[in-house]
Amino acid sequence: MQVPAQVEYERASSVDHALTLLARYAPGARILAGGHSLIPMMKLRLAQPEVLIDINRITGLRYIEQTAGQLRIGALARHADLLASQAAGDHFAILHDAERVIADPVVRNWGTIGGSLCQADPSEDLSAAFAALKGSMIIHGPDGSREVSARAFHTGPYETVVGPAEMLTEIRLPIRPNCGSAYVKVARRAGDWPIGAAGVAVRLEGDLIADVGIGLTAVGAAHFVAAEAEAFLHGRVAGEEAFAGAGEIAAEHCNPASDQRGPADYKRHLVRELTTRMLRVAVRRARGLDLETSAS
Amino acid sequence: MKITVTVNGTDHARVVEPRLLLIHFLRDELGLTGSHWGCDTSNCGACVVWLDETPVKSCTVLAVMADGRRVNTVEGLAAGTALDPVQEAFAACHGLQCGFCTPGMMMTARWLLDRNPDPTEEDVREAISGQVCRCTGYENIVRSVLWAAKHERDDPDEPRLRAAPPQGGRAVHQGAGHLRR
Repeated sequence: MQVPAQVEYERASSVDHALTLLARYAPGARILAGGHSLIPMMKLRLAQPEVLIDINRITGLRYIEQTAGQLRIGALARHADLLASQAAGDHFAILHDAERVIADPVVRNWGTIGGSLCQADPSEDLSAAFAALKGSMIIHGPDGSREVSARAFHTGPYETVVGPAEMLTEIRLPIRPNCGSAYVKVARRAGDWPIGAAGVAVRLEGDLIADVGIGLTAVGAAHFVAAEAEAFLHGRVAGEEAFAGAGEIAAEHCNPASDQRGPADYKRHLVRELTTRMLRVAVRRARGLDLETSAS
Repeated sequence: MKITVTVNGTDHARVVEPRLLLIHFLRDELGLTGSHWGCDTSNCGACVVWLDETPVKSCTVLAVMADGRRVNTVEGLAAGTALDPVQEAFAACHGLQCGFCTPGMMMTARWLLDRNPDPTEEDVREAISGQVCRCTGYENIVRSVLWAAKHERDDPDEPRLRAAPPQGGRAVHQGAGHLRR
């Protein structure tokens, strides 16, 4: 029988209230959103907070809205909300590609976007997707709010730049024309963590790649990013030669570990193949093709 | 901490530890043992209940998180003595063998059909993809959900499993004769 250790419980009614509670109880406090990562970790004593600060009643943190040039995702938006969001799907196909393969439909009903990011599991899919999209995170703390690049959000496995008295409140993604994106994951079975996964977001100017983001999941890529492959692609003709070259470079520079999900060589093979494929899909989508087709 | 949870339409107030999981609150505090406590790791889905009309894995939700919310369990699926078409379907299509996964499967199935009355086989398989059955290989579960969908579409007033009136007390099946007992 797995049950969490004894813990105190507070319920926040607003972001300010949550910050007050965090200030009172940090560093022994943890924010409880969906709890679908935190509660399992508490059962295993991998996390032993003294106080849980439940933010589920802060309904103002659960939103997905399109503003001028941005998609803004409240930290308490559920995975199912993101998958159901027309605006997210229209502008960022990568998010729907990813959400379709995150855990399972029942878990997606309650697990939150902010919780997934703050859990910072190296195998978590959205971190790579947001890194590919070059989004940013809004973090609130005692001294106000700050904006951090998605690529600077994670400091290591299960670690982020969010301080003990701070909380993530929003994710912002820039909406730009001539963009396409895609995500694919290879897992052993439905709902499992990935063996490896890759996401691509690309902006075209004519035939050329004007900007590209490549996110890699579960393969030891620093900040979930294939930076060398991105640099290689910049300014090149968006074609098979560039896609294959970027796949080679991404495979070379990632750092997967051999584990029960597969040997490192196989994971490198996945990175090479999945990066190449997702570049192909993202570019087609940027050109207005295959918009309805699943990336996988 | 004192919490009040509306379970299957009835308010239940209890004083609980914050660490108490919703599945244990339902089973141990309220005696509603229809929801099953399975893997404890949010993988198997035997514990699926609705929280504010949305299926969740109740082994991964704290009871205090359900304070002031509505919970629906398999015990609330039948309307009085009239079984829900999903329950009827699992009987008609042999959608269970040992029955351990069944409560969770049926709660997810009911939710799917409320949102999508005409699901494809793929829709059904996707909906239950976070729930494990170690007996049937899923074929009969999928068949059951599709059966329920068809019957609800074809005839909303389709005769259902009903507890036999006063005398018998046993369920008498009116929709699938081969299961009559």
